[in-house]
Amino acid sequence: MLQLLALTALLGTGGERAAVHAPDAPRRPAHRAVMARIPSGSYRPLYAIAGGAPTRVAAFSLDREPVTRGDYLAFVRANPAWRRATVRRELAGRGYLGNWRGDLDAGNALDLTRPVTAVSRFAANAYCESLGKRLPTVNEWEYAAAASETRADATADPRFVSRLLDLYARRPGGDSLPAAGSGFRNVYGVRDLHGGAWEWTAESREHATVHPGSHEHLPSCASAAVGATDQTNYPAFLRHAFRAALQSQSTVPTLGFRCAAG
Amino acid sequence: MTTPRIYLPRPASIYKLLALLFGFLLLTAALLLLPGKLTGNIFGSRAAGTVPLRDASETITGSEVALLTSAPDVPAPITRTHATKVIVNLEMIEKTARIADSVDYTTWTFGGSVPGTFMRVREGDLVEFHLKNAANSAMPHNIDLHAVTGPGGGGAASLTVPGQESVFSFTALNPGLYVYHCATSPVPMHIANGMYGMILVEPKAGLPKVDREFYVMQNEWYTTGKHGDHGLQTLDMSKGIEERPTYVVFNGAVGALTGDKALQAKVGERVRLFVGNAGPNLSSSFHVIGEIFDNVYSEGGSTVTQHNVQTTLIPAGGSAIVEFGVESPGDLILVDHAIFRAFNKGALGILHVSGEANPAVFAAIKGYRVNAGKQGGN
Repeated sequence: MLQLLALTALLGTGGERAAVHAPDAPRRPAHRAVMARIPSGSYRPLYAIAGGAPTRVAAFSLDREPVTRGDYLAFVRANPAWRRATVRRELAGRGYLGNWRGDLDAGNALDLTRPVTAVSRFAANAYCESLGKRLPTVNEWEYAAAASETRADATADPRFVSRLLDLYARRPGGDSLPAAGSGFRNVYGVRDLHGGAWEWTAESREHATVHPGSHEHLPSCASAAVGATDQTNYPAFLRHAFRAALQSQSTVPTLGFRCAAG
Repeated sequence: MTTPRIYLPRPASIYKLLALLFGFLLLTAALLLLPGKLTGNIFGSRAAGTVPLRDASETITGSEVALLTSAPDVPAPITRTHATKVIVNLEMIEKTARIADSVDYTTWTFGGSVPGTFMRVREGDLVEFHLKNAANSAMPHNIDLHAVTGPGGGGAASLTVPGQESVFSFTALNPGLYVYHCATSPVPMHIANGMYGMILVEPKAGLPKVDREFYVMQNEWYTTGKHGDHGLQTLDMSKGIEERPTYVVFNGAVGALTGDKALQAKVGERVRLFVGNAGPNLSSSFHVIGEIFDNVYSEGGSTVTQHNVQTTLIPAGGSAIVEFGVESPGDLILVDHAIFRAFNKGALGILHVSGEANPAVFAAIKGYRVNAGKQGGN
């Protein structure tokens, strides 16, 4: 707890300043992706064995903000194989970077501050690896995303759940995503886990974890409620369904990513 | 010396053999039938002749693109007498829509409106369904058509992320009026946000000719704000779970079937309403004030099940077809006769019948209205 407080205090000032930026003055992408340290702990996944122990999550680092178009532009400049025109089709679907103006034109100054979207899981993974990072696992992502501004696990708070639901329901589609860093900053100093772009995790649908002793959790039908630890956590159901609908080469205009490490 | 001996059974042993064979047959038959008896499986039921096993045996001739209509419009009756391949192109669109005066809602739709577009196919048609999710959608969606015989009503095959398209096909085996809806987790949210509509599978012989057909679908809205609170609303999950709707409406909005948007018919015409109930929670006590349903195809089945009905019950996720002749002019009022819903929550629509008065059917003789008229008032 003390650790957490110290961490929060440490992150407090810098994080606030980073959040204030005029739309026409993009921040320098290279230095923006500072990571936050997420202490180890446990959480209850949406699907778990009834009465089983909560899932442990080891300490790790997570980008404070999603990867922006500006960040990704630097990546494709350095890695021609990941440009729109040259990327291999089996690594990224047809819509790859479809909201860019050109191979090396990610839009205007404001666009460069938006989360990069329409990238495949393969592409997101390659980006993270180029920086010596990786994509967060579902458990890591969900664990970090359970936090509100003041609490590490706010998922039992109905107000937090309905707030997320409202954010999701108002979630803008397509190109109208707000600049990275516009969302609320959680207790770890991580922003935009809710309400901006959806985000990739390390596991693909093909390798989705099926808990032993449970049936496969279909994202469709009312049967999705069977085996869920919390039938009222609609935001978690929405995220689960979104992940289940994806293939590793999927490119969705509302789906971006951030990197993890450690 | 020994000659090879040909064994010829004596007559007595032939009978023994036959008896043995017969016993064996009996045993086999018993073994085959037993599971059917125990589990009531399809073969056992079929023997009783009550449950048909349908197949897609009708020859498919040609193909056409389905005309989809927004409520209250219905595509024209099918005049074809053969089965064809019907291509349905349906796009799932998320958009802000007005659900009451100065009240907006972030709706999720099939075809851009709530309820979703109406489809009309013929029993035996092969439907090739192209389901698109608009590129600017935020959510993945899919479709469960109650007219489909197959996993999840197509749900499993049609989960589609924004900007993508899914394709699946089905043969419309059973005639009737069917609800379709999104079945992506969490299903109640997708339905509560407006993702439903109806598909009519016309019987091979068609439906009897009428003069007017309309598409009416009831639904509830559960908004974060109170009834009448202005501005953009989103789903209040708690109200949904507690089944306390803020609005109960026809065709997606308070007033969708009143004023300029009232349904229109003329005296002497026959009217058919395709009525659906999207729920997500409530059953509808569907009634038309000032009219009696001459025919009701209850629960949206393919045959008239009842005549002379005042109020028909439509379950959530179900439908009914009602038919009536309009013999007298005036406004007929469509309501959910769970009447607080009509009076206070919006479940009210109007079918305006124009034409000459028919005093033999109805005449106002003495009373407030009659006197008011004589005094030149309204």
